[in-house]
Amino acid sequence: MIETAAATGAGNAEAYLLVLAIILPVGGVLLSFLLGSRQAERIVLCLLPLGMGIAGVILADVWRSGKALTYVLGGWTPPLGIMLRADGLSAAMLVTTAIIIAAAAFFARAKFSTPRDTNDERAPLAFWTLLLAVWAALNAVVLGYDLFNLYVALELLTFGAVPLVSLDGRAETLTAALRYLLFALVGSMFYLLGAALLYGTYGTLDIGLLASRVRPEPAVYAAGVLMTAGLLAKTALFPLYLWLPPAHAGAPAAASAVLSALVVKGSFFLVVRIWFDALPGIFNAASAQVLGALGAGAIIFGSLLALQQPRLKMVVAYSTVAQIGYLFLMFPLIIGTASGMPWTGDAWTGGWMQLFSHAFAKAAMFLAAGLIAEALGHDRIADLGGIGRALPMTTIAFALAGLSLMGIPPTGGFVAKWMLLTASAMEGQWWWALVILTGGLLAGAYMFRILVPAMAEPRAALQASVLRHREMVPLALAVVALLLGLVPLQPMELLQIGRPASLQGAAP
Amino acid sequence: MSTAALFGLCSAALIALGLYGLMTHPHPLRKILASNLLSSGVFLFFGVIANRGAGNGFAGDPVPHAMVITGIVVAFSATALAVALVLRLYEVSGTADLGVETPRPDKEAAPR
Repeated sequence: MIETAAATGAGNAEAYLLVLAIILPVGGVLLSFLLGSRQAERIVLCLLPLGMGIAGVILADVWRSGKALTYVLGGWTPPLGIMLRADGLSAAMLVTTAIIIAAAAFFARAKFSTPRDTNDERAPLAFWTLLLAVWAALNAVVLGYDLFNLYVALELLTFGAVPLVSLDGRAETLTAALRYLLFALVGSMFYLLGAALLYGTYGTLDIGLLASRVRPEPAVYAAGVLMTAGLLAKTALFPLYLWLPPAHAGAPAAASAVLSALVVKGSFFLVVRIWFDALPGIFNAASAQVLGALGAGAIIFGSLLALQQPRLKMVVAYSTVAQIGYLFLMFPLIIGTASGMPWTGDAWTGGWMQLFSHAFAKAAMFLAAGLIAEALGHDRIADLGGIGRALPMTTIAFALAGLSLMGIPPTGGFVAKWMLLTASAMEGQWWWALVILTGGLLAGAYMFRILVPAMAEPRAALQASVLRHREMVPLALAVVALLLGLVPLQPMELLQIGRPASLQGAAP
Repeated sequence: MSTAALFGLCSAALIALGLYGLMTHPHPLRKILASNLLSSGVFLFFGVIANRGAGNGFAGDPVPHAMVITGIVVAFSATALAVALVLRLYEVSGTADLGVETPRPDKEAAPR
C-alpha cells in the first residue's frame, strides 16, 4: 500500500503537529482540573489560537504537498504500531472544528465566566473542560487511522458531549442526557463488536491494511453492518434520531452549537471512513440505496417535525435531524454508479460541502436562538413578535444561516445541495433530487414561520440586554456559511487528497 | 464443540440478552445493567478472538486482551456517568423513570 510506504517519512516536523492537535486540548483538560475554573477559561483562550494555528498549518501542508500527512506512533509501522493520518478531509475537519470551538468559547464567556469572589466554580469548570475534551476527541476522530483508536476517540467524544447537555441540571436535560448516553453506549458497543470481528478475521485494525486485506465474506458484512448501525445511532440518522432534539435543544446555547455542528459529524465521519476507506468495495449499490433512503426519511420527517415545534430551539434541533439526512445522500450517488470516479464526482464534494456549511450555519443558528431566548426570557415562536427590530444583528445571523439550510444562492448550503442535485441528475437517480427539493421547500417553510413574526411591528420588549460582541459571533459564523457559497461549483481538489485510487477493494 | 465456538455462542447470548433488556425495560437502572451485559458479551467475544489466535495464525493472540482492558475501562466510565445522571435525576425530580414521557419541554420555561 502507498500508505505504509509513506509512513516511513514520519520524521518531518509537520507530522508532529498531528500529535499536538490531540495532546494540547487533552493537556488543557488535565491542567484545568488542577487549576480551577478561572484558569480553565484562560487555558481555553490560550489554546484556541494555538489549535487554530496547528489546524491551519496541517491544512496548508496537506494542500501544498497534495499528500496525506502521517505520523507513526513510536516509529512502529502498522500492523505492529498505530498511525495518525491527516488527508484533505481530516485537515478541513480540523480547521472547521477549531473555528467553531473558538466561536462557541467566545460566545460562552459571558455565561460561564467565574465570579469575582471565587477561583473555582462548578458550572464554568465543567463547561470549559468539556469543551476542550470534545475538541480533543473530535481531533482524534478525524486523525485516527486505527479502528480501535477510533473507538476510544468516539467514546471520549460521547463522554464530553453528554454532560454538556445537562449542564443546567434540570430534570428534562438530565433525562435527555441519559437517553443520549444510552443510545451512544449501544452504538459504541455495536461498533466495537464490528471492530472485533474485523480483527478476528484479518488480524489488523489499521484502516490502510484492512483496505488491502478485506474480501467479501460473511464476517466482513456482519462487521460492516454492525459498525454502520452503531455509528448511525450516534449520528442520529432517521429513525434513530429520538434522542437528539431534547438533548440539543436543552443544552446551553454554546454547547448546543458544538453538539449540533460538530459532535454528530464526528460519527458521520467514521461512517465514511468505514464505507470508503476501511472496507472499500464491500457495500454494494443496494445497501447504499438503503442508507440514502434513511437520509431521505430524515430530510422529510425532520423538516415536517421542525414545522410543528412551538419552541425556537426545538425547531433548530429538528432541523439538524433533517440536515443530517443530506449527508447520507452522498452514499447512493457514489457507490455503484456508472461514472466510476468516486472522489472527482459532484456527490463527494456536495456531501462534504453540506457538512461544512451546515456546521457553520447551525452553530450560528443555535447561538442566535440562545441570544433571543436570553433577551426575551423564553423562546416560544408564538411570542417572538418584533424581535427583529429589537435584536437586528442576531435576527440577520439567524436568517442568513437559514438561507444556507434552505439552499438559496449564494450560500454554502446552495453549493452543497446543487452539487447533490447535479449528481442525482447525472446518475439518473431522480428520486434523490425530489427529496432535496422538497427538503429545501420545507426548510423555507420552517424558517419563514419564525422570521415572519420576528420582522413584525412593534419592537419586542427585551427582558435582558444582549452584549454587542456576543451578537457578532453568530453573525460571523453565518457569514462564513455564506462565503462558502463562493467556492466554485466543481469537485474540490482538497477533498480528494489522500483518497484511495478507487472504490475497489483487494478482492481478486 | 470447540472452546472458541462455545464461548462465541455464550457471547452472542449475552449480547442478545443485553439488547433485549435495553429495549424492554423502562427503568434506567435496568437499562444500565442491560448495557453492561451487552458490553460483557462483546468483551467475551474479544476473548474468543484471542483464543483463536486472530487472523495472523498464532496459537494465541495478546492484542485483544490489551483492547479489552481499554474497553472495560471505557464501559466502567460510561456506567459511572450513567449512574451519576440517574442519581441526579432522582434528586431533582423524585423519580428516575425514562418510560414515563418527560414533561414536554415546550411547556417549560426557555433554557437560558
